[in-house]
Amino acid sequence: MTETPWGRFWAEYRESPLAVVALAVVVAIVTLALAAPWIAPQDPYDIANLSLADARRPPGFVGSEGYTHWLGTDAQGRDLLSAILYGLRISIEMGLAAGTFALAIGASLGLLAAYRGGWVAAIVMRVVDLQLSFPAILLALVLSALLGQGKAQLVTALVAAQYAYFARTAFGAASAERRKDYIEAAAATPLSGRRIVFRHLLPNTLPPLVVVATVQVANAIALEATLSFLGLGLPVTEPSLGMLIANGFQYMMSGRTWISVYPGIALIVLIVAINLVGDQVRDQFNPRLKR
Amino acid sequence: MLGFLIQRLFGAALVMLVMSALVFVGVYAVGNPIDVLLSPDATQDIRAATIARYGLDQPLWRQYATFLGNLLSGDFGRSFVFGMPVLQLILSRLPATLELTLAAVLAATCIGVPLGIYAGYRPASPVAKAVMAVSVIGFSVPTFWIGLILILVFSVELGWLPAGGRGATVSVGGVEWSVLTLNGLSHLVLPALNLSLFKLALMIRLARAGTRETMGTDTIKFARAAGLSEWTILRRHVLKLISIPIVTVFGLEFGSTLAFAVVTETIFSWPGLGKLIIDSITSLDRPVMVAYLVLIALVFVTINLLVDLAYAALDPRLGRGAPA
Amino acid sequence: MTEPVLVVRDLATHFATRAGVAKAVDGVSFALDRGEVLGLVGESCSGKSVTGFSLLGLVDPPGRIVGGSVRLNGRELVGLPPRELRRVRGREIAMVFQDPATTLNPVLRIGEQMRLAVVAHERVSARAARARAADVLRRVGLPEPEARLDAYPHQFSGGMRQRVAIAVALLHGPAVIIADEPTTALDVSVQAGILAEMRSLVAESGTALVWISHDLAVVSALSDRLAVMYAGRIVEEGPTALVLTAPRHPYTAGLLASLPSQAEPGVPLRPIPGQAPSLLRIPEGCAFQPRCPRAVPATCRVAPEPTGGPLRRARCHFPLTLDPAEAA
Repeated sequence: MTETPWGRFWAEYRESPLAVVALAVVVAIVTLALAAPWIAPQDPYDIANLSLADARRPPGFVGSEGYTHWLGTDAQGRDLLSAILYGLRISIEMGLAAGTFALAIGASLGLLAAYRGGWVAAIVMRVVDLQLSFPAILLALVLSALLGQGKAQLVTALVAAQYAYFARTAFGAASAERRKDYIEAAAATPLSGRRIVFRHLLPNTLPPLVVVATVQVANAIALEATLSFLGLGLPVTEPSLGMLIANGFQYMMSGRTWISVYPGIALIVLIVAINLVGDQVRDQFNPRLKR
Repeated sequence: MLGFLIQRLFGAALVMLVMSALVFVGVYAVGNPIDVLLSPDATQDIRAATIARYGLDQPLWRQYATFLGNLLSGDFGRSFVFGMPVLQLILSRLPATLELTLAAVLAATCIGVPLGIYAGYRPASPVAKAVMAVSVIGFSVPTFWIGLILILVFSVELGWLPAGGRGATVSVGGVEWSVLTLNGLSHLVLPALNLSLFKLALMIRLARAGTRETMGTDTIKFARAAGLSEWTILRRHVLKLISIPIVTVFGLEFGSTLAFAVVTETIFSWPGLGKLIIDSITSLDRPVMVAYLVLIALVFVTINLLVDLAYAALDPRLGRGAPA
Repeated sequence: MTEPVLVVRDLATHFATRAGVAKAVDGVSFALDRGEVLGLVGESCSGKSVTGFSLLGLVDPPGRIVGGSVRLNGRELVGLPPRELRRVRGREIAMVFQDPATTLNPVLRIGEQMRLAVVAHERVSARAARARAADVLRRVGLPEPEARLDAYPHQFSGGMRQRVAIAVALLHGPAVIIADEPTTALDVSVQAGILAEMRSLVAESGTALVWISHDLAVVSALSDRLAVMYAGRIVEEGPTALVLTAPRHPYTAGLLASLPSQAEPGVPLRPIPGQAPSLLRIPEGCAFQPRCPRAVPATCRVAPEPTGGPLRRARCHFPLTLDPAEAA
């Protein structure tokens, strides 16, 4: 078991208790979010379930439906625990979708630039670098304002803001590999370009891309929450964590802190856990830190 | 050196041209501002008159040419919403944002660099681990959430600091400053802290990584062999060696901090540019959006230019090349 | 006879790594008189550089001095608190490193680096420190020292940089200078100049010198005495001329035989068979035994103790030659 690459990777990963806990937290949160329709006390989208008599009640309140709202209720009388579970679902969905598309587009561009070199690389990487020097949040902000609200629009905005990180990473790793003698030799033989790209360049760019992808999924979730908090992300019919927090913000001054705080805690735990996992994976892929 | 400067200036101008075109097309290609400008029951005549007045009947390239020409003469157009020249509007909001951004970046550097150097110098110590935990939180937790917590703790629960607004200001040189009054300063603390946390985390990481790398080098070993105290080594040798990436990032991050001010200003109702752009986005106030984005692009290009120059000044190996 | 300036006894520096304990220095002893030049010779990984760093108490973790004694001017350095050890370094014992390109700080002016080294031990004004720095730079043969103080290291050639590093070591007139392969990274022509300079500097100031090198030829041109290291130990020590002409340890003999200058033209060089052992797995008993042409397994299973007088010693059960006086 320990002799397979995965086994070795896991054995090294296990050496950091913090990273193991973080991974467990990520798995637990994703499982809870996936199981939301079955485990949540209430379907927060079903307006028939909501009663204004239950609105803004503190944690532990027993509502008109007869069960306990462990985390309280929000301004519409929604059970906060249910809203958070469903909100996590949306946040994770957005993060994964944005991360996957950004990875596919960015890595393709980076590989293309590294493989073709010359003016293709010059133009692609010039645009990528220009965009990297520009804050992602501003780009996402303007794009989501221009595109309007909706899941597809939001993912588009997130991908546009994030693909450049993947492109830069893939280009860096692939062009370092490209310069090695064996690729030069392979390019001189009648081997197809596709073979060079997929058999040699792609596998070598995967480790750094995995690291960037982990961090960027967390960033996408944070960015989505920020946009939703500012009222620019998802429509009201898709209440992600950011929107739950924004909705609770106005009640915070009057001491009803739970409406913002609990969704916030769920969001933070998820993001920090993903980042910790990413940190560990990066350290393991980084040969410079090894003794 | 002069050739380097000219080359950089030319590149910067080219980038600005491309950016302005992208911004213009991006903003103008989407949405119809007429819907915002006029009430739905406006007559056809008023509609046509308004369209003509804002030049919206012209083809896009024509509009861009007019826009570019006006831009070069300092005319950014008029805000649809505020009905005043955009340049004037932006300039009136700029000082508040600059004040906030400067306070945040300075705080991040002055606190983050020493902490990072310590964490890199004694990586196994509990203090270093605590510092790194702070940096992980500063990196991963979204700015808006930290802002909420700051308000919750310091305004709602403790009641120490105000939760929003700019407080009393003093006019110096026709510009209002919050830092100069105690009340203004108390309003500045929370938003500046909020805005600085991400940069703080970044500065800590940079300083730590640089210090760790530097401490293992022969340069430091040689300084130790000469009997320099650890304090002198950190203060003179290490700080100077890690200052190059830090100055670079300081410059680059100044621009992104301006952008992140959007979030902080919204939470703390700080009357700066960030709040203006959010309001303009929600009301589709095109001229303000375009002007803001062009301005941000200009800030970025300028900063990149300055960083390149500072780089040349800081690293003697890049500057005067000829050996003595 | 005067007391030696430096007495090293049973010095041991070990590195605790994941793969085990590397005994880089394991029981090194020697003494150094005023103005004496000791050549410390060995292959890479023989522990010679670590010995040099251990003398200044500059061993990086995971390395640690685990035993022995280093007495400088009668004062014990091992176990000295860091603050006091710092006061000794650079003032009483100094060091010159291998690669001058990496020892000087690339972003500080030479004058500032030297000023820091001066004020580390003496409270003097910047002007006085500068004058001192210029004076020492002149002594190591750098033309126009005053102007050079405002230059950055990258504006100097490799040889000039190494002269600056030597000047830093000489600033406080230390009793001992450790030179760790200071000419290895330089051109051969520059090497010769530095060697000559070093010899005259040491002679005029009475500074003792430990010259660490893998190059027997370079060391023999400079040193009064030679110490040969193998696998963390000094296996042979004696006056340079004697060690070169009549080596006692088979390892020294092997080193000499593999020198190009000793070889007959047309006859292939004779390298020592086998490889230097990893410091993690030093053979039991005599460490050289697996490569030794004279080894008798039964006897060599026990580590040989140094034999001979205080001036001429070797760690070998079967030394090659014996001085007639001792053989008797």
